Amino acid sequence: MNVKRKFKVLGTRPVRPDGVEKVTGKALFGADTYATGMLHARILRSPHAHARIVSIDTSAAEALAGVKAVITSADFGEVDSEMTRDTMHNCMANGVALYDGHAVAAVAAISKSVAAAALKLIKVEYETLPHVTDVDAAMQPDAPVLHANRQHRSVVAGTPGNVVYYCDFGHGDVDAGFAAADKVIERTFKTAATHQGYIEPHACLANVGSDGKADLWCSTQGHYNVRLICAEIMGMDESQLRVTASEIGGGFGGKTTVFIEPVALALSRKAGKPVKLVMSRDEVFRASGPTMSASMDIKIGMNADGKITAGHAKLRYQGGAFPYQMVMMGAMSAFATYDLEHVRAEGWDVMTNRPKMISYRAPGAPMAVYAVESVIGELAAEFDLDPIDVRILNASREGTKSSYGPTFKAIGLVESLEAAKAHPHYSAPLGANQGRGVSCGFWFNFGGQVSVSMAINADGTVNLIEGNPDIGGSRASISMMAAEELGIPYEKIKTIIGDTASVGFSDVTDGSRVTFAVGIATINAAKAAKAEMCKRAAKTWGIDVDAVEWIDGAVHPTGHNAGEFPPLSLAEIAANSGRTGGPIAGHHEGAPDKAGVSFGVHLVDTEVDPETGFTTVKRYTVFQDVGKAIHPSYVEGQMQGGAVQGIGWALNEEYIYGEDGRLQNAGFLDYRIPVASDLPMIDTVIIEVPNPGHPFGVRGCGETAIVPPLAAVGAAVCAAAGVRLFELPMSPPKIMAAIDAKK
Amino acid sequence: MRYVGVNSFADAVDLMGSEQGKCMILAGGTDVLVQLKLGLVEPDLLINIKAIPGVKEISVSSTEYRIGVAVSGAELGEDAGLKAEWPGIVEAMELIGSTQVQGRATLVGNLCNASPAADAVPALVSAAARVEILGPLGRRKINVKDVTIAPGKTSLAKDEIITAVCLPRQQKNSGDAYLRFIPRTEMDIAVASAAVNLILAQDGSVQSARVSLGAVAPTVLLVDDAAKALVGSKLDDAALEQLSMACSAACSPIDDRRGTIDFRTKTAGVLACRAAKIAFQRAGGSL
Repeated sequence: MNVKRKFKVLGTRPVRPDGVEKVTGKALFGADTYATGMLHARILRSPHAHARIVSIDTSAAEALAGVKAVITSADFGEVDSEMTRDTMHNCMANGVALYDGHAVAAVAAISKSVAAAALKLIKVEYETLPHVTDVDAAMQPDAPVLHANRQHRSVVAGTPGNVVYYCDFGHGDVDAGFAAADKVIERTFKTAATHQGYIEPHACLANVGSDGKADLWCSTQGHYNVRLICAEIMGMDESQLRVTASEIGGGFGGKTTVFIEPVALALSRKAGKPVKLVMSRDEVFRASGPTMSASMDIKIGMNADGKITAGHAKLRYQGGAFPYQMVMMGAMSAFATYDLEHVRAEGWDVMTNRPKMISYRAPGAPMAVYAVESVIGELAAEFDLDPIDVRILNASREGTKSSYGPTFKAIGLVESLEAAKAHPHYSAPLGANQGRGVSCGFWFNFGGQVSVSMAINADGTVNLIEGNPDIGGSRASISMMAAEELGIPYEKIKTIIGDTASVGFSDVTDGSRVTFAVGIATINAAKAAKAEMCKRAAKTWGIDVDAVEWIDGAVHPTGHNAGEFPPLSLAEIAANSGRTGGPIAGHHEGAPDKAGVSFGVHLVDTEVDPETGFTTVKRYTVFQDVGKAIHPSYVEGQMQGGAVQGIGWALNEEYIYGEDGRLQNAGFLDYRIPVASDLPMIDTVIIEVPNPGHPFGVRGCGETAIVPPLAAVGAAVCAAAGVRLFELPMSPPKIMAAIDAKK
Repeated sequence: MRYVGVNSFADAVDLMGSEQGKCMILAGGTDVLVQLKLGLVEPDLLINIKAIPGVKEISVSSTEYRIGVAVSGAELGEDAGLKAEWPGIVEAMELIGSTQVQGRATLVGNLCNASPAADAVPALVSAAARVEILGPLGRRKINVKDVTIAPGKTSLAKDEIITAVCLPRQQKNSGDAYLRFIPRTEMDIAVASAAVNLILAQDGSVQSARVSLGAVAPTVLLVDDAAKALVGSKLDDAALEQLSMACSAACSPIDDRRGTIDFRTKTAGVLACRAAKIAFQRAGGSL
């Protein structure tokens, strides 16, 4: 790969193609689709944390004028795959309501108010069961078990039944490493469950025809995945279910599965009419996936010079009402930042009476890294060492055998740390009651399956179809990569997100994979189109195709021996394509697997009011290796957005459960994501150490940025308040209690 | 649910008197519409009072300001005279909700929602504001302090309606201030709050004081001991310490998702001291 390659389009900041429609309100989001004769659906949800559903009487609701269909779990069939069955039972409780907000029945009616009235006429008899919402309590032998016999084979025999998965990563001998340390610190941390907090609630419109074919419009991060799950639940062939992804008002991992789509499809099938289903915010909090809460023990040994001798993490994650395997990502991420001789990370996934967890931006990593980075910060302070120097000393580099197995190729952690240390932010003076924090972070990134189809139009413009919903500006970055490869202006390209019937399978928009994977498919599709254009030029000139080459958007003869012909541009070849063999197109299907890992370093200054525990974030700078920033504005946006979500996680966001197992803050009033006035401008510094696995050096950049803020803000708050806290969120009452305890 | 728009308070009183079911009043609607949407309330009769003549007006006489029941927070903030005289009340009202909500939300709505955490109420109480009420038997005036009797409950009869807020003209050498604690910077509900209204004597010491606390008891408190702590002082450390202790002693908050008993009790004292300093300076005092 040519690292020094000069790009014409990459690295510029053109306007995103979907921008005007979005800011003028014309873009169609999940709830913006309508159909003739459309019904409105509502879902009845359990008020209990755990209850057996003794009976459901829907007769009075069905008798209400305007009600066209009422469904319960009895309206769904059997499915073979355990994973899909769990998803289906999460969408509609099967005999047992497993959490406050679990769906038990649904209604489709001619209006929203009739649907709401019908819900009240459904009589559900519950027999309440003991519940558990805390991870440590759920791991006790006497805890109520949500599902019997669902432990993965990795779980040690005799482990209480809510533990569904166990993992153990690392190398070396941690006990020997601790024995050799000048100082060993062991701490226990807790972090709350947080929600992805997307502004657009889940919404869909389902239309099942009398011939059994169906259309589904929905807000999702992956419409092929929606099709896969829904076709299985509905007993349909995938070809007969066409899913169209709407514009998406945020997902952050929370829209990588289905919550309402099978319900809308089942209602539509029963009613014989299109059915629209839109979640309220309250439903989003109670019944769509938050991320895991965690309880963690971290033990790290360090020598007086700052060298880490060993690290051991024990991570206990709570992921809600169904079996899942996500703690693995935390265990793999916990120490990935460091080059360690002795390292071990164990993880336990645990079920509780909470909504089924789903991915949230770098799922599983932020809490594990928070705990590890907090102890490293405490050890650095113990030895009076600069916290960045300690991290540089121990940092993973090219050739490091990572804590989770693979050996790193070219990575940019040291470059990011050095940039942070040299930045004016790091040496700026602090005021009274202020403190500074630093933390590293890591995310794997992903490649996955991808399809791209590209048509060269006769006027020299290009249409490109890809299958991944545009969440962070990917239409722009994909168009830019196509423009770069084809040597034509960005404005000549239009990229659209095709529905499931228009382009081949594409994995979900997750794992920070789209710019990487769709980018590779786009480059390869462009190469295919260029190869065809070379053939057409050779044909026009009557020479062999080996005697032409593509240079800068045009076909040239390879030299004098090939013949003296003026170059033919893309536009000229396209204009003549009808006479040289018909339309010109390129496509690529693949599963690129060389997504480069991404590291980041965050610096933050906070001020804590010593009389109220109120934290103000004064200054924040993000440093991140993104490989190559295709569209720097959208890369910066990802870095800022991740930092802000992490700030919320650190300071105020949490799922609060009462003794009754019910969620107490199912709304943005009491689930406090930061508002604009809570934040300073988040400054960004893009580091570019190219990923050897991508032609342009791209690494995923969307997720890494949520990993460092928890520990960075944690360290800054502790420094500002003069106390140590081991629990997130660091809400004002907790900070005040720590300050008072110290007095 | 029936929805009726009225052109006079008398019509509203008649309608409420003859309605067998639950009645609610729609002015700004920033609480009522949210509660309706969430299904928290299901009134049988919803009466829109925004078209009643005069409800969007602020009038001033030599003795009082009369603020119409549909005057929004934004309009309150644009009244230069009121803002100069009662900055604490105006600022308290302006803390409620977003810019959009400010275009609708009203003082009386905040009062009649009867939340212990209502931002505008402590400031009105510390200002000794009164409300004018119309019922089948005619008009009466009561102290703002006596409107809320429990969370979500007012002392008004079913067929009574508030027709205006009456605010005394502020005296010379006086000032008020309101502060609340929320875990973020806006768009939130007070975890604890304090309003202080002071009149200074010739020598610059506090001649009289009214101290009011929100979100630390079932209703907004008027704390006499806190006022006593300030009278005669120039807000020296000892007086502030006493103020803080008196405020904390008066608190009987609950533990909930927004804050703990300890946190609310302590924070109420801290906020009272900070509000007292602002009010003192607004009254012309120097710290």
